[in-house]
Amino acid sequence: MTHIHTSPGVLDAGDGRSVTKGNGPGGTAPPAAPKRPDRRENVAGYLFMSPWIAGFLFLIAGPMVFSLYLSFTEYNLFEAPRWIGLQNFTDMFADPRWRQSVEVTSWYVLIGTPIKLAAALAVAMLLAQKRWGQSFYRAAFYAPSLIGASVSAAIVWRALFSDDAIVDRTQKAFGFEAGGWIGDPAMIIYALIALTVWQFGAPMVIFLAGLKQVPRELYEAAEVDGAGPWRRFFHITLPMISPVLFFNVLLETIHSFQIFGSAYIVSNGSCGPADATLVYTCYLYEQGFVNSRMGFASAMGWLLLVAVGLVTAVLFWSQKRWVHYEEGGR
Amino acid sequence: MSLRYAAVRRRGPGALAWHLGALAILAVVLYPVVWTIGASFKPSADIIGGLDLLPADPIGDNYARLTEGIADIPISTFFLNSAYIAIGSVIGVVLSCSLTAYAFAKVRFAGRNIMFAVMIGTLLLPYHVLIIPQYVLFQKLELINTFTPLLIGKYLATDAFFVFLMVQFMRGLPKELDEAARLDGCGHLRTYWSIVMPLCRPALVTSAIFTFINAWNDFMGPLLYLNEPDKYTVSLGLKMFIDQDAVADYGGMVAMSLVALLPVLAFFVAFQRYLIDGMATSGLKG
Repeated sequence: MTHIHTSPGVLDAGDGRSVTKGNGPGGTAPPAAPKRPDRRENVAGYLFMSPWIAGFLFLIAGPMVFSLYLSFTEYNLFEAPRWIGLQNFTDMFADPRWRQSVEVTSWYVLIGTPIKLAAALAVAMLLAQKRWGQSFYRAAFYAPSLIGASVSAAIVWRALFSDDAIVDRTQKAFGFEAGGWIGDPAMIIYALIALTVWQFGAPMVIFLAGLKQVPRELYEAAEVDGAGPWRRFFHITLPMISPVLFFNVLLETIHSFQIFGSAYIVSNGSCGPADATLVYTCYLYEQGFVNSRMGFASAMGWLLLVAVGLVTAVLFWSQKRWVHYEEGGR
Repeated sequence: MSLRYAAVRRRGPGALAWHLGALAILAVVLYPVVWTIGASFKPSADIIGGLDLLPADPIGDNYARLTEGIADIPISTFFLNSAYIAIGSVIGVVLSCSLTAYAFAKVRFAGRNIMFAVMIGTLLLPYHVLIIPQYVLFQKLELINTFTPLLIGKYLATDAFFVFLMVQFMRGLPKELDEAARLDGCGHLRTYWSIVMPLCRPALVTSAIFTFINAWNDFMGPLLYLNEPDKYTVSLGLKMFIDQDAVADYGGMVAMSLVALLPVLAFFVAFQRYLIDGMATSGLKG
């Protein structure tokens, strides 16, 4: 992973003159000393890192500590924060709307992410075959991944899934008595899920890259042994792409937890009807910036962090059981 | 780095079935886009109920109406604001993330590994734990309703994903190159600027395009920090459109949605190869 410029005992590596001592071709290696970074490298490293260090301190670490403090206070931005201990957290668990937001978000993550990844994998397997027009399809299928995050896409979604619009009419044509999804508290979440599934292009491309690295001989050998397509899928494809699958699961899950813009716009800024699209961040936004409950919103933020951290930890822990890294692989 | 591999398995369904399948998916995926284009040329009354994908009798009224602006603000204002933020973000990300990535990939300094782990950790950090304290910070600094809160993070390399992408790329460069530069007397700054940066162009371009598109599409940031309509970005302009007349003016709304997408679509068409390969590469090396 690392590679080393400086050899022990050579100082002033940056001045360009004394660098090669004992390090040139055929030169004897200097006596083994602990590989210690020299001073100039340290100075250079920290200078190059300074934007990130500043950003990390002022925009990430500092704010995290501050929000942890705020989560134990009542704070409306104008009066000094008032320490209330764990009250924000107890209020939260007692709050039916907060529980609703947890439920909506869990539903969105648990339904949307698997469908999206399954679609991405299925399409990637289709595109992994070498056919004419393959790269055109790849580009076309990827496009929604970039458009999907925009307000425009949410507006179009609203129009497609509203009462008497195309989705509704199609359902009626097949004999389902429907009514639009947007106005229906039971259905609007599926319109949101459809919007995220529509953006299957990004994980698809990652799957595709993984599929292309599966050695062909494995399939040939399996076929000789009489393995059918399903067996080949479960015994070769899936294990071979499991690192890529892991990466996609991790990224898409964390990403789904944080949905905001589309839920906000599809429901027209109300996260309704009847709180049906009150995703976690919608409620956090409402509590923090509409109701000026900055302490409560901070506490919500921290719980989200804990939830995402737990999910990440569980995924990393489960890795051992299902993710196969090639021996001696990169 | 590129993902062109030769022989891929040529098995499974026949060519005809393959193309039918691919076309069916294409139809589903592109339907909303084609619908939007069609709807933008329909009268408002026909947009929701009308079943035609493309208008029977195309009209330009919806676009004409956009020239009047939204709530007395010309559309161009939103576009200029978005462009300013997006281009400013691109410059910031390319400079600050590449400096950071260079340090991680090419400089051997004390604490590098631990800082790298921390940086990767921020990749998984939900942004929402930061929005309240950051808002308070920018409010105390009296920077609400300026573009600074939206831009400053870009200049301070907080987009860990791009740092990660660039580190991966820089580590792939042959180390003989920068070693040779060092022997010739180049300091780190010179090596960074004259050797590594030009060779990293694919990673820089990928990051730049993603940054532009993300900044252009961003909704929550502008929603939080901008509160006067003449500072609004395109995303907020669209939201104003909805607030203004949700039912009546579907035509104008759809036309504006499409116009708002134009820069994203243009970037996508021009750079899709970079974007797709950049995305694919990010998932491969853990």
